[in-house]
Amino acid sequence: MRRRRDYAGVVLAAPVTVPYRRFSTRPAQWWIGQALAGLAEAAGISHHAFDGLSVASFSLAPDSAIGLTQHFGLSPRHVDFVPFGGVAALVSLRRAARAVQAGDADIVACIAADGSAPGSFRQGLESFSRFSEDAIYPYGAGGPNVSFALIAQAFMAATGVTRGHLARLAVSQRANARGTPWALMKKPMTEEDYLTARPIAPPIHLLDCVMPCAGAEAFLVLREEDAQAQSLAFVRLSATIERHNGFPTDPVMLRGGWQRDVADLWAMAGAAPTDMDLVQTYDDYPVISAMQFADLGFCTGAELPEFLAAHDFTYGGDLPHNTSGGQLSTGQAGCAGGHLGLVEAIRQLTGTAGPRQVPRARRALVSGFGMINFDRGLGSGAVVLEAG
Amino acid sequence: MMRTGKNPLLRTHRPTLPHGRRSRAAHLLTAAAAEGRFALPQCRRCGAFAWPIPEACPHCLGAIALSEAPRGARVIAATTAEVPADPYFRERAPWHVGLVQMDCGPQALVHLHPGAEPRDAVRLSLVLDRAGAAVLHAALQGGTMSDPQLREMTADPRDRRVLITDARHVAALPLACALSAAGAAAVYAGVPEDWKPLPRRAEFEAIVGLKLVPLDISSDRSVADLARDIGDRIEILVNTADLPRPGPLSAPAAATDARAMMEIMAMGLLRLARSFGPAMARRGADGTVAWVNVLSVYSRIHPAALAGYAAAHAAALALSHALRAELAQGGVRLMTVLAAPTEDEWFQSFGPIRVSGRALAGAILSGLHRGLEEVVVGDLAHDLLARLAENPKAVERELTRDLF
Repeated sequence: MRRRRDYAGVVLAAPVTVPYRRFSTRPAQWWIGQALAGLAEAAGISHHAFDGLSVASFSLAPDSAIGLTQHFGLSPRHVDFVPFGGVAALVSLRRAARAVQAGDADIVACIAADGSAPGSFRQGLESFSRFSEDAIYPYGAGGPNVSFALIAQAFMAATGVTRGHLARLAVSQRANARGTPWALMKKPMTEEDYLTARPIAPPIHLLDCVMPCAGAEAFLVLREEDAQAQSLAFVRLSATIERHNGFPTDPVMLRGGWQRDVADLWAMAGAAPTDMDLVQTYDDYPVISAMQFADLGFCTGAELPEFLAAHDFTYGGDLPHNTSGGQLSTGQAGCAGGHLGLVEAIRQLTGTAGPRQVPRARRALVSGFGMINFDRGLGSGAVVLEAG
Repeated sequence: MMRTGKNPLLRTHRPTLPHGRRSRAAHLLTAAAAEGRFALPQCRRCGAFAWPIPEACPHCLGAIALSEAPRGARVIAATTAEVPADPYFRERAPWHVGLVQMDCGPQALVHLHPGAEPRDAVRLSLVLDRAGAAVLHAALQGGTMSDPQLREMTADPRDRRVLITDARHVAALPLACALSAAGAAAVYAGVPEDWKPLPRRAEFEAIVGLKLVPLDISSDRSVADLARDIGDRIEILVNTADLPRPGPLSAPAAATDARAMMEIMAMGLLRLARSFGPAMARRGADGTVAWVNVLSVYSRIHPAALAGYAAAHAAALALSHALRAELAQGGVRLMTVLAAPTEDEWFQSFGPIRVSGRALAGAILSGLHRGLEEVVVGDLAHDLLARLAENPKAVERELTRDLF
């Protein structure tokens, strides 16, 4: 592979979460407006000065990102619409970073938001994709539960990971959520609770599943000198990877696209998995977090059972993971679920994570995964961030 | 008569349907499923099979068309949806599905036989679901155990109550016997003009669960009367009414005969649809599954020597399509049976190529078991339709003098 240019001079700042609600009478546009206001307040910069806008949402129709410029009085020279679910944050960030680095934009507001109403989740499933409409939804398998159950069954059989191993991830995330004011699920969870939860589509049980909700996540991408001039706490972008439909001939998803690019990620970062002070994976099902640990080089698939048993994944532990509680405990605000980990990592590396702050956090890995178009998640990506 | 198929202590399913919307291309599969063919999307250029149906081959971007395909597959993973998001499946949970590796290449999500497990060999079918769209079903290879999920999609007469509209049709007696043997809870056979002797009445009366009922579909009152009596319990209706009166337009009785045939085939079907259709469509979630119109292949192909007969059957076929759309709202299937001339005495001139009542009855029963929408019976019918598909003008010219 040709040597890639680094992201020198590009930083991320102003992590914003608009507190989640299980249901909301407000549409995605309202949540985006709240996120914009949050960014402006956090940065001390008028939203009129944002000359880049990158939006991820599933429920923005009939709008796309361009319509929002008029809606919110922006005049950007970089606009992007990335309704790509769990990988949207990384796609959005990579494009925004290069636009800022090249001078095509100065400050890009990256926002993900979705509303939530009773029935809206199911309606979204009906028409999620052409392949889903033709070959998934008609099988009673609409929604990710069944698709992930089939992936999980094959992955667990191949790696020896059991529900007992996965319980550690779910339980520590619930413990982490205690420090997150907007987390929707804070009721303490034991391994026993996890193991005895109601089956949804075995091996997926209730506490493997995220709660759909309304909410927004946002951050700014800008030049380091502009952040400094504004006295904004920021983090640097060390490395990124992105891949879609990484292994089209695999009969069933036992690995994600990360495996194709993981060497590039660590080479670009000049670091190794063991250098990471915290990790944010895309946790729509703990088994998918496990897959990311293996594919991103923390261990092999066969070593996963041992790896999961050996670490403490709480924010006070030796490998802090999904420190806000992740989607599993805070909720999945549609497309914002993919931004959640990135926004939390910016908070951790800028020392603004409050009670769940990981001490001396300098480096973080954030991974994204998205879009069950048919039988597998298509999008994969990861970034390594460093404290500014 | 006791019904054995329904437990009165259980809640009746709400009238929900699975999601019927598909891409336009996916309805090519609907056509295959309607006829009971197994065909999959295949690249015209490189020959690779693809699933789900794409707009271009993912290997070489060649054009995609449906081809007959091997049915074998192996289960990669299987699960049971305990809490499906979709209301139709939620009513029927737990629902078994699996990811399979097809022998011909692609992977697919399938409705899976409850006994099938990972690594099992399975046999795939395309089946119409209750929304009338094609889905893949996987049965255990060599397995005989029945599958309640497949029963949900097909029209198995077991434990169901059936009305045969015309007991005088040559297929009526063998059909009544076959339905009774297949476990139908009741079989009603309509007798038009029941003051006339019914040949083989004793054989009808010997069938367990059979009841002869007066029904003359050329009469508004007769159809309405019967619908009032039994319309709310008919779960499969087989319209066998026919009035074969061969003859060209120039025949002295052409107009009189044509009017009489239209009265039975077109107006009779309308009367049945009006009196039985709405009640059947409303009970789609409560056991009602199918309406069968037994028509002649000459509804599609119109020899000059069968002018009025072909026109009457063509009218019935056209009405069938409208009725299909109405019944579909309740998830009730309309099956069209296009038969070659039967052993009815009015078809003497067709000789030994005619279809026996027993063969026709067998095809109807098989179509119900498989949940088909389009059934063709008899070598002559298959041949005529193949010729029509291949070269319609040639058929038109060939049939100016001949019957086939």
